[in-house]
Amino acid sequence: MTASLETDRNLLSRSSLSEAALFLLLGTALVAALLLGTVVGPYAIAPSEVLRLVGARLTGTAEPSTAATVLFNIRLPRVLAAALVGAALAGAGAAYQTIFRNPLVSPDILGVSAGAGFGAVLGILLSMPVIVIQLMGFAGGLATVAMVIGVAALLRGQAEVLVMVLTGIALGALASAGISVVKILADPDQQLPAITFWLLGSLAGVKPGDLTLAVLPVVAGLVPLIALAWRIGVMAMGEDEARALGVETGRLRLLVILCATLVTATAVAISGIIGWIGLMVPHMARFLVGARFDRLLPASLILGATFLVLVDTTARSVATMEVPLGVLTALIGAPVFVWLLARGRREWA
Amino acid sequence: MGVTPLIEAEGLAIGHRGRAIATGIELRVGSGDVLAILGPNGAGKTTLFRTLMGLIPAQAGNVRLSGRDVAALSRIEIARAVALVPQSLHVPFAFTALDVVLMARTARLPAFARPSAADRDLARAALDRMGLGPLAGRPVTELSGGQRQMVLIARAIVQDTPLLVLDEPAASLDWGNRHRLMERLERLAAGGLGLILSTHEPAHAARLATRVMTLDAAGRTWTGPALVALQPERLARLYDLPLNGDTTS
Repeated sequence: MTASLETDRNLLSRSSLSEAALFLLLGTALVAALLLGTVVGPYAIAPSEVLRLVGARLTGTAEPSTAATVLFNIRLPRVLAAALVGAALAGAGAAYQTIFRNPLVSPDILGVSAGAGFGAVLGILLSMPVIVIQLMGFAGGLATVAMVIGVAALLRGQAEVLVMVLTGIALGALASAGISVVKILADPDQQLPAITFWLLGSLAGVKPGDLTLAVLPVVAGLVPLIALAWRIGVMAMGEDEARALGVETGRLRLLVILCATLVTATAVAISGIIGWIGLMVPHMARFLVGARFDRLLPASLILGATFLVLVDTTARSVATMEVPLGVLTALIGAPVFVWLLARGRREWA
Repeated sequence: MGVTPLIEAEGLAIGHRGRAIATGIELRVGSGDVLAILGPNGAGKTTLFRTLMGLIPAQAGNVRLSGRDVAALSRIEIARAVALVPQSLHVPFAFTALDVVLMARTARLPAFARPSAADRDLARAALDRMGLGPLAGRPVTELSGGQRQMVLIARAIVQDTPLLVLDEPAASLDWGNRHRLMERLERLAAGGLGLILSTHEPAHAARLATRVMTLDAAGRTWTGPALVALQPERLARLYDLPLNGDTTS
């Protein structure tokens, strides 16, 4: 019964760490990152002060102060938005990778981000309220993923991984062209700067209200994914095998795509296009907990949140001007992508 | 016999998108029966299996699992009636052998549940019996083709169905593992399981099968006792070999 696990790659079964202990560690790291994110900034607030203010707010004994204003109106919304967006993109990436049996797909590579971006930018051009921008982003993302799957189905029998990635890139380019058209049409003083900065990914403009609007669709998208995690994981075995094992793959795939796209589009609507997280974080999570989706999804959510909070904190503190988030994630993501290509080339056709 | 067979096909035509590659297939497997299917590459053995499992629709006729039409059953109902051992295991992620075997419990779990400690014990025991106990925590991407095959068979056993369908289970095994596999399958059949397997080794069919079905390149089927099916003239015709050739080696 005591199996030798010496060559096992993932940390969970290689170390004596239990699943609960590992998730406790990940959770602690997230809390630490959140705390760091609220502390760092031009107006210094001590960690103990953050905890005291949050405690006072929760018990309803808060007194107005500059620190409280900075914390609750500016910094906390931004840090929480980073956590929400990071979790959303990483969770969606883990889901897409699992159901498409493809370690190289992610919301941005499948063109979902660009599609959602096009929808949202169109919303900005038409001066729509935030909720309509989110809906248009969702529609754009869903349309893109539907077309990617459609093309892959049409070209059935050919290297499916390749077809899907290339179709995603093509449609992503098309959506980017659409975005360029919107930029030409946009008002150069008001809309264009907002669109440009937003396209590179930024949480600078996040207000407490945006966060409230975004939490609901992200949670609504993630709950079914978490609840059905075991069955979703079985889909990694492929269509025939998953069905032979008792999974109604058609229905489940549709549900997963809708949920993951809703989550991605919501993230894009509040933060713009932040690439790489959906691709990279699930791989980091797999390294820790293995391929099982019922572990991979929660690990990706926590890691994604931690990662983006740290990246965003870096983005607003390394230089006097803010570095766009997409620039930082690309800086980390591109080398990781190349490493994945080098490591995994045997496993995909 | 009076007993409802585990699986029964009548007037079955198999194929894709309205094009039948074999028609008029009759098939009946009950508890303890072993049906071996012989036929050249491309004759449609895998297509037949996919049709029997309800993975693709029958072009004509029907398949019944314990008396119920497979087309009317849910995937969970089918997964509780018959387990599939595919030709090979291809998965792009480093699932451990234990993870893969645990997937067999899916059809027994409530919709939102994950496998329990009891399920883990079942999976571990099955891996132990296949001689894979020490590899339980190893990613399947690091296992050999033969080891992966044994993982798939362990998974089918853990699925706990009265009927197993095995698509060329011995193809990637070495001589020793083939021997162990044959023994294992014999014991499963002796324990009351029904087995359907395709094979390219007439010797395996001779050893295991209670009945043999041949499926030739023209889509013609014939079913009979192993001894008749494996006569050299029949095999020569099935595989399109000259009659004077040594076809039984």
